[in-house]
Amino acid sequence: MEENVIYTRELTKRFGTFTAVDRISFNVRRGEIFGFLGANGAGKTTAMRMLCGLSVPTAGEGRVAGFDIATEAEEVKKHIGYMSQRFSLYEDLKIWENLRLFGGIYGMKDKEIARKTDEMLTDLGFESVRDTFVRALPLGWKQKLAFSVSIFHEPRVVFLDEPTGGVDPVTRRQFWELIYRAADRGITVFVTTHYMDEAEYCDRVSIMVDGRIEALDTPERLRARFQAATMDEVFQQLARKAVRKSD
Amino acid sequence: MSAVIVDQLYKSYGKTRALNGVSFSVDEGELYGIIGPDGAGKSTLFRVLTTLMLADKGQAQVMGYDVVKDYRKIRDIIGYMPGKFSLYQDLTVEENLRFFATVFNTTIEENYHLIADIYKQIEPFKHRKAGKLSGGMKQKLALSCALIHKPKVLFLDEPTTGVDPVSRKEFWGMLLKLKRQGITILVSTPYMDEASLCDRIALVQAGEFLQVDTPRSVVSRYPATLLAVRSGKMHRLLGDLRDYPHVNTSFSFGTAFHVTLREGGSPDDLKAYLMQKGHSDVAIQAILPSVEDCFMLLSK
Repeated sequence: MEENVIYTRELTKRFGTFTAVDRISFNVRRGEIFGFLGANGAGKTTAMRMLCGLSVPTAGEGRVAGFDIATEAEEVKKHIGYMSQRFSLYEDLKIWENLRLFGGIYGMKDKEIARKTDEMLTDLGFESVRDTFVRALPLGWKQKLAFSVSIFHEPRVVFLDEPTGGVDPVTRRQFWELIYRAADRGITVFVTTHYMDEAEYCDRVSIMVDGRIEALDTPERLRARFQAATMDEVFQQLARKAVRKSD
Repeated sequence: MSAVIVDQLYKSYGKTRALNGVSFSVDEGELYGIIGPDGAGKSTLFRVLTTLMLADKGQAQVMGYDVVKDYRKIRDIIGYMPGKFSLYQDLTVEENLRFFATVFNTTIEENYHLIADIYKQIEPFKHRKAGKLSGGMKQKLALSCALIHKPKVLFLDEPTTGVDPVSRKEFWGMLLKLKRQGITILVSTPYMDEASLCDRIALVQAGEFLQVDTPRSVVSRYPATLLAVRSGKMHRLLGDLRDYPHVNTSFSFGTAFHVTLREGGSPDDLKAYLMQKGHSDVAIQAILPSVEDCFMLLSK
């Protein structure tokens, strides 16, 4: 098994004359929680779309879960999980129906889906809402469920795009405990957030400015290097240097 | 005079109670923050106050006008920036702004001074279609459109959601400038760290106001001693703190855990307990709570 679950070298994406992602190179290890930070418009979403096999790089290379993101995009998609704040689950399906649907999409066997459904609902304490429509759940529950669905097929890496936006402070913290548990099981977590306290919970953090990775290290070392008390200060120092005002 | 008076508002969607007997008032010229997570009822409250939705029960006034009887008058004197981007995607930046000015019988030129600071940042793209703007620029255009008729009261529903920390700071800088021009501002946000910039804040959850006060008073009314706990093994600290019998609450806050103790516990005792559990470099210090600490305690 490869130790680096994500590997990129000089990964680049241009739209016409605009370079959205500019030669980024980094690795993410198995079981690592990797925080992918940057201001709006810095290129995070474009980079993430390439890593998920949804957008073809203009130049450079990348491998995710052992597959080439340019030539083996379909394999990449099968071996990753994805969750965003905007789209997560089907509101007009029941909870078990959502699980069955996503399990099926990822080619899981019925038996396995049934077993994992029980296991997951017990784990979350959600047994009583198995037959509830997703739309009737409080937002915090939905987000926890959406995360569990994104790792339902045991992907090697899960991409979380602002998973805790708008979530209440208590649930936000419970959500991070789920992230820790997944990482302890060996699932690599690649996460974006605008909450800088959450950057502290990552093993390593990268900060993108104008399409480039300007800093990449553990939160502790970044704070020391920028002589900052918090990751928020580190972020403010770096992101203020941005020239690009596309967002 | 109060710019906004709300008296016992109720609103339900089927079984869901979005507003459950909410009462408060906002002074003229005040920057008033409504702080709470998604689903707390913030947007419903804004829709009732901007006369876009009727409450089931209760009353509300904006600048002395009733939200039901005098809705036309209210619409003339308020600006509203909804949580979801609601401008015309296929009009350009300038066309949107001109449209909103015209609807309110004014011109861009007449009130340009009000929006100059904000609009200047997007003016280079004034011929671009609004739908083609990035998130940050859409936000600035929406604010410009909400301001172009010189409203007396500005309603901003989650203007900074999904916005990065640097742009959020910039946006709040703009709000403070608008406040200095005498505009009353009601702004909602799920980001607790923005609360300290408001004159007064309401902490909201599940359709109810948990507390209303100045940010400073909210913090000073925190009823317990709050401890910041750190150790060399932060990952293990979470579980070990939960196992300490005298812990009342324990939440992660970036580089530390914020902890309150029950009777019988003390910082020294906690430290000894953690050392015995194999933690090194244990640091425990009493700290001032943040608004987020207060919210979590109140919403328990």
